[in-house]
Amino acid sequence: MKRTIIATVNNTSGVMNRITGLFARRHFNIESITVGMTENPAISRMTFVINVDDERGLDQVIKQLYKQVDVLKVRDITDEAIVARELALIKIVAAPQNRGEISALVEPFRASIVDVGRESITLQVTGDQQKVEALIDLVKPYGIKELARTGITAFKRGTKKSVFDGPKYSIIN
Amino acid sequence: MSPKIKEVDGRELYTGNQEMTGSSMLIQALARENVDVIFGYPGGAILPTYDEIYRTGIRHILARHEQGAIHAAEGYARISGKPGVCVVTSGPGATNVITGIADAMIDSLPLVVITGQVATTVIGTDAFQEADIIGVTMPITKHNYQVREVDELPRIIKEAFHIATTGRPGPVLIDLPKDVSTASGFFNYDQPLDLPGYQPTIVPNKLQIKKLADAVTNAKKPVVLAGAGVLHAGGSAEFLEYIEQQQIPVANTLLGLGSFPGTHPLSLGMAGMHGTYTANMALHEADLLISIGARFDDRVTGALQHFAPNAKVAHIDIDPAEIGKNIETAIPVVGDAKEALSMLIAENGTPSHCDKWKQQIADWKSEFPLWYKEDGESLKPQRLIEMIYEETNGDAIVTTDVGQHQMWAAQFYKFDQPNRWVTSGGLGTMGFGFPSAIGAQFAEPEKQVVAVLGDAGFQMTAQEMSILQELNLPVKIILVNNAALGMVRQWQELFYDERYSNSLFPIQPDFIKMAEAYNIKGWKVDDPKEMQTALKEALEYDGPVLMDCRVTKDENVYPMIAPGKGHHEMEGIKP
Ligand SMILES: Cc1ncc(C[n+]2csc(CCOP(=O)(O)OP(=O)(O)O)c2C)c(N)n1
Repeated sequence: MKRTIIATVNNTSGVMNRITGLFARRHFNIESITVGMTENPAISRMTFVINVDDERGLDQVIKQLYKQVDVLKVRDITDEAIVARELALIKIVAAPQNRGEISALVEPFRASIVDVGRESITLQVTGDQQKVEALIDLVKPYGIKELARTGITAFKRGTKKSVFDGPKYSIIN
Repeated sequence: MSPKIKEVDGRELYTGNQEMTGSSMLIQALARENVDVIFGYPGGAILPTYDEIYRTGIRHILARHEQGAIHAAEGYARISGKPGVCVVTSGPGATNVITGIADAMIDSLPLVVITGQVATTVIGTDAFQEADIIGVTMPITKHNYQVREVDELPRIIKEAFHIATTGRPGPVLIDLPKDVSTASGFFNYDQPLDLPGYQPTIVPNKLQIKKLADAVTNAKKPVVLAGAGVLHAGGSAEFLEYIEQQQIPVANTLLGLGSFPGTHPLSLGMAGMHGTYTANMALHEADLLISIGARFDDRVTGALQHFAPNAKVAHIDIDPAEIGKNIETAIPVVGDAKEALSMLIAENGTPSHCDKWKQQIADWKSEFPLWYKEDGESLKPQRLIEMIYEETNGDAIVTTDVGQHQMWAAQFYKFDQPNRWVTSGGLGTMGFGFPSAIGAQFAEPEKQVVAVLGDAGFQMTAQEMSILQELNLPVKIILVNNAALGMVRQWQELFYDERYSNSLFPIQPDFIKMAEAYNIKGWKVDDPKEMQTALKEALEYDGPVLMDCRVTKDENVYPMIAPGKGHHEMEGIKP
């Protein structure tokens, strides 16, 4: 099963190395990993999307992360109300005559054209994984020349409500 | 103010909060941590520190190979309970201690390892004797540090000792670049520790203790599996009290031997691949298995799908990551073994009614004891261990190397006391036995230390005989000499149709002459009738000794759980 885990870690040299090394040697399966500074420059925040077989596997990942002296807090936020976003840059084949069409196509995704070459354009999109994947599928027929994804970064929303609770009322009634 | 804190060899160590070089800080900090001996080997990048060692006179034991130094530090740590300290130079000095660091990591031994490093100005340029020891040791240390600024040094050393010795003990490495060791800074060792990411749980949850006590009351076939965690916690006395209160049979892991008296009626002996039939069958049939400070290593469990199939598992461990790692656990108890046992004693639950179970165990014990066959000609290695046990009154510190002799020592030397047994369990490091005996002798200068070694493993670190010679250290080396890589030979016999690939020694050195080269007294024995007398004489000899004991060459260790098999499938359970 796929889980999203966040960890706050000391922003010391080598901490990324410690954690990726741990994942590799314990054969934990990571799909993506992102890291960046927090409001406190001494502390970084990491977001992992991992694949585990079962609860026990998940438990091991969390406990092994906690064993690292530089890891301050670990949390599996998969089942919580979270904001999870990634950014993707997609370079696609685009002859000048196709550009208008592409531009219209990606508009609903709020993707922007960030670079234009002779035979290609580069799109930038941010959003949750599903949205990013949907856009990639959509532009695939044009021919993707290069693709770079940052992986998910996430944190909890400002409420304690679970995403799966759904809204208690809707705007219709 | 510089209070005098130590006098060693007529030289004094001072400490105080003042300006000094990085190397001075290091030695001052070691003195503050009550380090009474360093094992090490000098070289370019660590020379400033060696100069400080010279100046202060802090005790340093010069090994003849860095691997000898680190295994000595491990033996010292295992017996003294204090951190072993090892100092080596950069590059090859540092890479030579890697095996020992990995060994200490997997067997939870507290070490503080200080490696020299090239100057910060050239780190990353493939400078002379530069090795990325931080990168290399990241997975095999509990934590490691590279010191970038001299002012960080006191904090780092203080943290290193704290991390190495608390929680689940382990090795911590400090990489000290040469320019940092010569730079000047302000030494302040009184700053409080600030380690928000390192907060081991010592006192277990009371509810879990209650659950465990109730599980014992309701069990029909309870058994305890006790590992080295009990020893690291210093909890043997509490353990004995708890077991006598609850009357639960006890199996030990290899490393847990001595945590519970081996001759106690409730002792089942060692569990695992070469454990006793009784211990393994008790684990197999148990309905409640309480693991205390043991980590369900595969050499203990055998094939996991057959392990303790009917048992509800309770697991007391200071490392939460060990709980549930290999075995589904119903009652997790995170905390120090001694604390947990004290709480269990205080809980004073009703013991289980398990007379039938105890009868079953007694039957197994009498029907399937450990065995070997005398042939009336050759010296049986098992008999040799029994003789060592008899001649040392079961009270020696015994260290071993890795292989058949290690298993025989574990089987036939009945440890009644904690902290008498030093062996490489998790990593199975050949070359460990002899230098670890040297470290053990430093931890207990007055005690009899016997190094039971294979003829192959001894040759991996034999150069440390220099230390015995230099210091007249009375370690007794006993070679269980079968002219083979015995354990490898056994596996080739059993699982490779007797194709003895590179496991039989066509020639061997004259071990007695080797000993004599170091001015160590040697005995060679091959006649079983002479063994006991020679052994007595050697053990009584005032000084280091090497005994070359020529044992039966093709003896195998039994009983045995073959790879892939379960506890109930032991082979060689009877003559
Ligand atoms: C450093 C290292 N290399 C290889 C091994 C594999 N190994 C395990 S036991 C053994 C044979 C040991 O022979 P010896 O020291 O004579 O002891 P014996 O088994 O004969 O008692 C070997 C090679 C090991 N454990 N450690």
